[in-house]
Amino acid sequence: MKKLLSFAAPLLLLVASSVSAQLVVEVTSGNDKPIKIAVVPFDQQNLSERTDVASVVESDLVRSGQFVATDRDSMLSKPISVQEVAYRDWRLMSVDYLVLGRINEQGGQFAITYELVDVSAQRVHDRGITSIPGAELRDLAHWVSDRVYEKLTGFKGAFGTNIAFVKEKNVGGEPLYQLIKADADGAREHVIYESRAPLMSPSWSPDASQIAYVSFESGRPRIMKHDLTTNNREQLTNFKGLNSSPAWSPKGDKMAMVLSRDGNPEIYLLDLTTRQFTRMTRHYAIDTEPTWTHDGEYIIFTSNRSSKPQIYQVHVETGVVERLTFEGEYNARPRATLDGKGLVFVHQRDSVFHIAVQDIASGRIFVLTKTSLDESPTVSPNGRTVMYATKRGDQGILAAVSVDGGVKINLPASDGDVREPAWAPYVD
Amino acid sequence: MLTVNKFFKAATLSVSMAVLAACSSTPANQGPTAEEIAAQRAAEERAAAEAAEAAKQAEWANLATTIYFSFDQATLAAESRDLLDQHAERLMASGDSAVLEGHADERGTREYNIALGERRANSVADYLVLKGVARSQLEVVSYGEERPAVDGSNEFSWAKNRRVEIR
Repeated sequence: MKKLLSFAAPLLLLVASSVSAQLVVEVTSGNDKPIKIAVVPFDQQNLSERTDVASVVESDLVRSGQFVATDRDSMLSKPISVQEVAYRDWRLMSVDYLVLGRINEQGGQFAITYELVDVSAQRVHDRGITSIPGAELRDLAHWVSDRVYEKLTGFKGAFGTNIAFVKEKNVGGEPLYQLIKADADGAREHVIYESRAPLMSPSWSPDASQIAYVSFESGRPRIMKHDLTTNNREQLTNFKGLNSSPAWSPKGDKMAMVLSRDGNPEIYLLDLTTRQFTRMTRHYAIDTEPTWTHDGEYIIFTSNRSSKPQIYQVHVETGVVERLTFEGEYNARPRATLDGKGLVFVHQRDSVFHIAVQDIASGRIFVLTKTSLDESPTVSPNGRTVMYATKRGDQGILAAVSVDGGVKINLPASDGDVREPAWAPYVD
Repeated sequence: MLTVNKFFKAATLSVSMAVLAACSSTPANQGPTAEEIAAQRAAEERAAAEAAEAAKQAEWANLATTIYFSFDQATLAAESRDLLDQHAERLMASGDSAVLEGHADERGTREYNIALGERRANSVADYLVLKGVARSQLEVVSYGEERPAVDGSNEFSWAKNRRVEIR
């Protein structure tokens, strides 16, 4: 751990991104054997947009914790293509890989050429050209980051994906609640919906075109479905009592949710085509926070049927319920890991709330975070990172940790309290 | 609150008028007749009853409206019962409806807390119904940890936020 911490100090860099960025990324601890890269400023003169693409790529890669970047000011040369590379310059600085790029614009559309250069082998390790209709420079930057990440770590990148979260601001002495969509690094915040009444529990549709959430706009918690393309909103439920915790099925045809219309909170399934509700749990205790396994066969949920909140799963077809967590007095708000073998959830230890991961088969729990009041974990679509909400002082912020616990970053909000991050699935 | 104040004023006014009326109907040079004494006594009794009623209304208007709970608990503390008994009496007498707002502190997870807030509000509703209030007079709504009464991440704030508000 000492090693990790001593390494963390030089990594405490504030990567200020473009003007539009609302969140500032801060790496609080990193991998102890990172790959050393140099993202050389790209050739991007005379473009209609000014985002510094190389700096976005650099911050993406550094934020993953798998990379450390060479400071721009210490670069001995600034090549824009492999032909211009003087390998000795980079060997001197013990750089492992160079990222080079050139961008031009035609008819308002950007085209990027990128090269990943292996310094020790003195050759191009990967090269790519792309032009995405309607894309901003930030999209191209994330495209480069995803490619570099996949080439060098073997895992698919998730830099180009989105997150949704809830922000609470004080406007005119009264709270204003906003449902926000942003890049995975927190940049490009976009308000999807705002209300003077609380908003909760954003959940993405599997094609990332819609978000379901809970709104108190009627004075009561109700589940809304929001189409991000058309901006159409639809109220899905209007039952007496709780209408909460929507969770889209992996196929997108059903939604799990919590209704207390029978007198206490139970897990229900809503068939989005037939609009039929099916009750999944029958217990006088609290059953809530449903989430799906990736194969859609089980719904994992929180229940205090053993008197304290613990995590259970119900087989969708048979309704058979099984308890999954046994260690500790408070385990709640589960999410399945990508490989289906693990469970990420809120775990109370020594009266403090952390994010923990449990290997389902062995039941072993590994605590991922050291802060307190950690909640709402969400797993990145490549399965590598867990984002969650925590507090810094009195402010709600978002933070992320790698699934192995080795890398931690904070995404402090520039204004307001942010919470309940929901990582969007891949779009394609 | 306003209506109760008005009621209180009206009650006070009617008491004074009744007393005045009783006095003016009594000639100064003659002793009161038996009927007059009986009427006055009745007026005084009425006035006393009205004053008592007004006092009760004033007391109800000043009743505390927040019930507190322990962490991750929805069972009523013994010391909450006296207050709830008075609310039950008030609701039965007035026939007013009430919204029971359940809340939780910020610890633990949000969706669990909204369920917990509902449980707490239901505990209060069940108790009031047991005491004779009609279920139809009561509505339960939970805000979970979304609307804290007191900001701050400490035991004091948390204790203030684990509550049901009777509105």
